[in-house]
Amino acid sequence: MSERTIKVDYLARVEGEGAMFLKIKDDKVEDIKLKIFEPPRFFEAFLRGRDFREAPDITARICGICPIAYELGASYAMEDACGVTVGEQLRELRRLIYCGEWIESHILHMAMLHAPDFLGYQDAIRMAKDHPDLVKNALRLKKIGNDIMVILGGREIHPINLCVGGFYKVPQRSELNVMLDELQWGRDAMIGLIKLISTFPMPDFTQEYEFIAMSHPDEYAIIEGRLISNKGIDVPIKGYDDILVESHVEHSTSLHSHVKGRGSAHVGPLARYSLNFSKLTPLCQSVAKDAGLGKTCNNPFQSIIVRGIETLYAFEESIRIIEQYEPPEESRVDVQPRAGTGYGCTEAPRGICYHRYTIDDSGIITDAKIVSPTAVNQPTIEQDLWQFVTPNLKMDDEKLQWHCEQAIRNYDPCISCSCHFLKLTVERS
Amino acid sequence: MTTKVKPKLAVYKFASCDGCQLSLLDCEDELLAVAGEVEIANFPEASRAVQEGPYDLALVEGSITTAHDAQRIQQVRKDSKFVVTIGACATAGGIQALRNFKDVKDFVSLVYAKPEYIQTLATSTAIADHISVDFELRGCPVNKYQLLELISALLSGRRPNVPTYSTCVECKRRGTVCVMVAHGTMCLGPVTQAGCGAICPAFNRGCYGCFGPKEIPNTTSLSSWLKKEGKDNGQLMRAFRGFNANAAPFRKESECHE
Repeated sequence: MSERTIKVDYLARVEGEGAMFLKIKDDKVEDIKLKIFEPPRFFEAFLRGRDFREAPDITARICGICPIAYELGASYAMEDACGVTVGEQLRELRRLIYCGEWIESHILHMAMLHAPDFLGYQDAIRMAKDHPDLVKNALRLKKIGNDIMVILGGREIHPINLCVGGFYKVPQRSELNVMLDELQWGRDAMIGLIKLISTFPMPDFTQEYEFIAMSHPDEYAIIEGRLISNKGIDVPIKGYDDILVESHVEHSTSLHSHVKGRGSAHVGPLARYSLNFSKLTPLCQSVAKDAGLGKTCNNPFQSIIVRGIETLYAFEESIRIIEQYEPPEESRVDVQPRAGTGYGCTEAPRGICYHRYTIDDSGIITDAKIVSPTAVNQPTIEQDLWQFVTPNLKMDDEKLQWHCEQAIRNYDPCISCSCHFLKLTVERS
Repeated sequence: MTTKVKPKLAVYKFASCDGCQLSLLDCEDELLAVAGEVEIANFPEASRAVQEGPYDLALVEGSITTAHDAQRIQQVRKDSKFVVTIGACATAGGIQALRNFKDVKDFVSLVYAKPEYIQTLATSTAIADHISVDFELRGCPVNKYQLLELISALLSGRRPNVPTYSTCVECKRRGTVCVMVAHGTMCLGPVTQAGCGAICPAFNRGCYGCFGPKEIPNTTSLSSWLKKEGKDNGQLMRAFRGFNANAAPFRKESECHE
């Protein structure tokens, strides 16, 4: 009788504090856990009693990598509660800054955190010695995403220019136009980067998932749309609580999410791509085809290519928005508080990020619920590990461990996000 | 010929959003140069490879919120020649220090189905409340250029050039019209340490205190001016009770408006 235990006490190249535990007995997997020990920070609790206008800045601090997902998710929820719609150029500017976040976050993950797994390096710095152009180009691409954040948001991390109703200040055309040359370089460089990544060795690992993403009739959904899945879900944002429920498990300070009455869900680039392929630009579609992708993608290791396609889309979309931009007369829509509950959801780089707030007449928050994409993906990651380890038990411990880490990094898990602490609605029995 | 021994850098995370250590990876133009000067010996967000201590420089992000972390930070001190805290969480307890003003048991029962799974301290506190710290870099998040200045200063054995004057100095230097004087906008600039570049007033909004209290801040005077502008106690309390809520001058001022 043989027993093997593989433990990773502190997962590297993910955002936040997680660990992995793998127990194998007599050539059978006995237990697998993605452990999350990131300390809880109680955002939903201390949001109570704060002014509704403070929610975007406060919730931004859930995550330094995807603050826009929180600033905008909170803003949309508050605008929903107060019966206000933010449209036209202000909506376009919101899409633009979100493209900046997708670019910086996706490139960070693809080149700095995930690519070293495929090429066998401990990190991007070591990878840069043998692949200097890959890393240098990636840093330049990432910087373009951050430049959008700085010009439109004031700074890369926790931008200060977004508010409930729109922006504190809108840019002049000339302020955005200066980015066009770099954006056009970035669009072309992305095509090269995707081509390179598509040559990486990809484990053959196709899985069945319930993909959930937002969907919009006119665009690749980022900031607005209905929630849909490949298994029949089609609800407005306020229907979120009817389809996804959370439970509290012992080995994680992040709550797990499940589709009500079914199983786990998969959110993020693979879900968006597979559900909304037809909304991608012709260039994205043809580059995806050249990279060997179909109209859907069920191999999570290929998420690195899909992130590339989405980044290419973000470059094209940024160019489109800037070229058509006309500064609006008002930088924001006036939002007066009224008692009620509002719902917001946007596509964070890692998948749908849901906000729900109840406010009183004077705009003070009385209840808050926020669900990060990693909380939804966590059970799916564990399932992937089961499926991946079982046929690969012959691998030695070191190789198996690295491949498992890579399988976790497929999801670009943001553990800091997932452990801000979610309000609980259902218990796991 | 001798080979230059590179100083060893470690980056640690406690309760935080990851943003301050991300600032290092956001130094796109300088990252490879920094990696050429220091040995990135322990930086899990960036690398699988972890070298044993001791380290020449430890950058510490995040606040202490669990008993386990209160122990872990002691080891960081033992392993490191210089310990530098980066950001509002590590330097003042961060936004999660809002729990310090409430009973954490209420928070737990509010958000947990199974509180027995959760271990948390009643407070979120700064790193310097637990160990001796060599330098504290402010900001929510830190300014990446201040971070680079800090690393290069420590590596060359000089004191970092990080001013402790107010955001107003940066704002005037930038030529921004004062949002408080011109529009009556609530602004914490007069009591907040410089470092961000006074970005908020340049975007037509008031400073909300990311860099924490300046050296000897006159919060009482600012509050009385803000009251003359029509701000009520609730607004003043919330203004001081933000990302640096547990920094002593801000904490005391917020308590005056409870």
